[in-house]
Amino acid sequence: METETKAGRFAGFGGQYLPETLMNEINRMAAAYEEAKDDADFQADFRTLLADYANRPSLLYFAENMTKDLGGAQIYFKREDLNHTGAHKINNVIGQALLAKKMGKTRLIAETGAGQHGVATATIAALFGMECEIFMGKEDTDRQRLNVYRMELLGAKVHAVTSGSMVLKDAINAALQDFAARPDDTFYVMGSATGPHPYPTMVKDFQSVISEESKAQLQDQIGQLPDYVVACVGGGSNAIGSFAHYLAEPSVHLVGVEAAGKGVDTNLTAATIEKGRLGVFHGMKSLFLQNEAGQINPVYSISAGLDYPGIGPEHAALAMEKRAEYVGITDDEAVAAFEYIAKQEGIIAAIESCHAVAYVQKLAPTLPKDQVIVCTFSGRGDKDVAAIAKYRGVEINE
Amino acid sequence: MSRLAASFQDQKNFIAFVTANDPDLETTVANVVALAEGGADIVAIGIPFSDPVADGPVIQAADLRALRDPNLPIATIFEAVGKIREQTDVPLVFLVYLNVVLQYGYEAFAADCAKFGVDGLIIPDLPYEERDELAPITKAHGIDLIPLITVTSAQRIPMIAEAAEGFIYLVSSLGVTGEREQFAANLSDVAAEIKAVTTVPVAIGFGVHSASQAHDMAQLADGVIIGSACVKIVAEYGRQAPAKLKEYAATIKAAI
Repeated sequence: METETKAGRFAGFGGQYLPETLMNEINRMAAAYEEAKDDADFQADFRTLLADYANRPSLLYFAENMTKDLGGAQIYFKREDLNHTGAHKINNVIGQALLAKKMGKTRLIAETGAGQHGVATATIAALFGMECEIFMGKEDTDRQRLNVYRMELLGAKVHAVTSGSMVLKDAINAALQDFAARPDDTFYVMGSATGPHPYPTMVKDFQSVISEESKAQLQDQIGQLPDYVVACVGGGSNAIGSFAHYLAEPSVHLVGVEAAGKGVDTNLTAATIEKGRLGVFHGMKSLFLQNEAGQINPVYSISAGLDYPGIGPEHAALAMEKRAEYVGITDDEAVAAFEYIAKQEGIIAAIESCHAVAYVQKLAPTLPKDQVIVCTFSGRGDKDVAAIAKYRGVEINE
Repeated sequence: MSRLAASFQDQKNFIAFVTANDPDLETTVANVVALAEGGADIVAIGIPFSDPVADGPVIQAADLRALRDPNLPIATIFEAVGKIREQTDVPLVFLVYLNVVLQYGYEAFAADCAKFGVDGLIIPDLPYEERDELAPITKAHGIDLIPLITVTSAQRIPMIAEAAEGFIYLVSSLGVTGEREQFAANLSDVAAEIKAVTTVPVAIGFGVHSASQAHDMAQLADGVIIGSACVKIVAEYGRQAPAKLKEYAATIKAAI
């Protein structure tokens, strides 16, 4: 199934709701990407860097202990946590940075929540010898000092954003403003499948390597398609990449797992598909957590990577068309999954990914043993260890 | 001819800006009336938004003050416009982010603009490419959809100018709103390019704050828009702002 109806539109979601100052630049980006998509040299460079620098293909790992323990469907993990820089973010950053180079840009900027996308962008900027500035909410720079220092080590300048609620959405506002002030030499590397066209399509394409590989790997290992593909959703880049090559396979159930925070019936949630309404924000028409007047709500999740008040437009379309299902997992469930997967499989997975794991823990026992679940591990959990300890009341000196 | 177009018939226009509900709606009503009395030809009222991405720190701070209660009903801003209309005929426009209009409902918003006496809309995140979802509705209610043209618009100028209603908001510089000492080097060329393709009036905004700047900008175009400088007066004087705004408006109007 093809959900993209016209350039940048997914069943009415998407579009380009940007200030006029950026319209020529965003259209130049869209045109450059159209060209790059069919350019053999560009694609070869992309594939080479994915393999030689980012350590792809990532493993598709059969989680035997967990499968036995849950006693239902067979569970496979797509291990994006094993990529260089420890998350799926690098796939997209390599693609966008190559495009920036092709467009003659010399400066990369990016927003970051927990810091994973900022680290990936700073990494590639270092590799390419480009200037790099990262926008991060002040709340997040305080919570993630290690990642701030990591970005600085890589040569990036990190701006602590003090406007609004000083979190991810405010970092995106600041990055958009910087882009508007300096469009000539700057390329805004957006971290998720969100924002104005061409970002949602471009980010999906760069991340679709996840499902391209998992489909071929599963075929190699057991000669079949999965019955379920499960991935966590904030803006939705690892999920859309995990779904992409299965969209045209109607037998494959696609499940996006949102951060329910303290619960979808509380105000402390980030479950956009479940609780959001149609809106326009950050350059796109999609679903947003907002009040009646149209003010964007502050959102909450234990996971800094999932606490975004919107969702990529293709996910909004997939939900509306019921091609994919979206479910919520609370902080408590995600933390329990973090601990479970560490003990069962010896993997410390990102708290974002553990939202997907928690759903698999519920789903697998309800399915027969001949069914197969592929669950994407979007990143590794080293960054979360201190926060989980704190959640459990354990004091750690970093 | 719309009230906005008529305002440009025989004079350079000073377009002033204040944020609604900063610090409260009563003051906003008094501010708008005072600006008009002082000499503002058009007043733009900003509907506060949680995430005003096109605005600089001064207007962002005003939006925060105005949204102490984030549930401020937009209907109360329309009612304030009704009170302004009891005191002045000055043309009024809203500066509003699209999401607020979408949540109110395009049809209801346009209808209430017409009912309460708002003449036009400036929507910074509704570019030419997306305007068709709203333009037929505002047109049906006689509300002008005022486009922005920037110093980066280049080849887009003719298509935007052709669809323009009311006046054209020419953005003087890259980046966000806020006081500046310098404007883009190609500003006068862009103004001339617009004038070459349309008779719709052009007003220059973003960064203008002093009387001498207002004078210079008014030579390049049909009017000048001053936002952050007015909002700063409101931030400093709060409920006592109306008298100060009136003085300021008189100074600017005299300069252009």
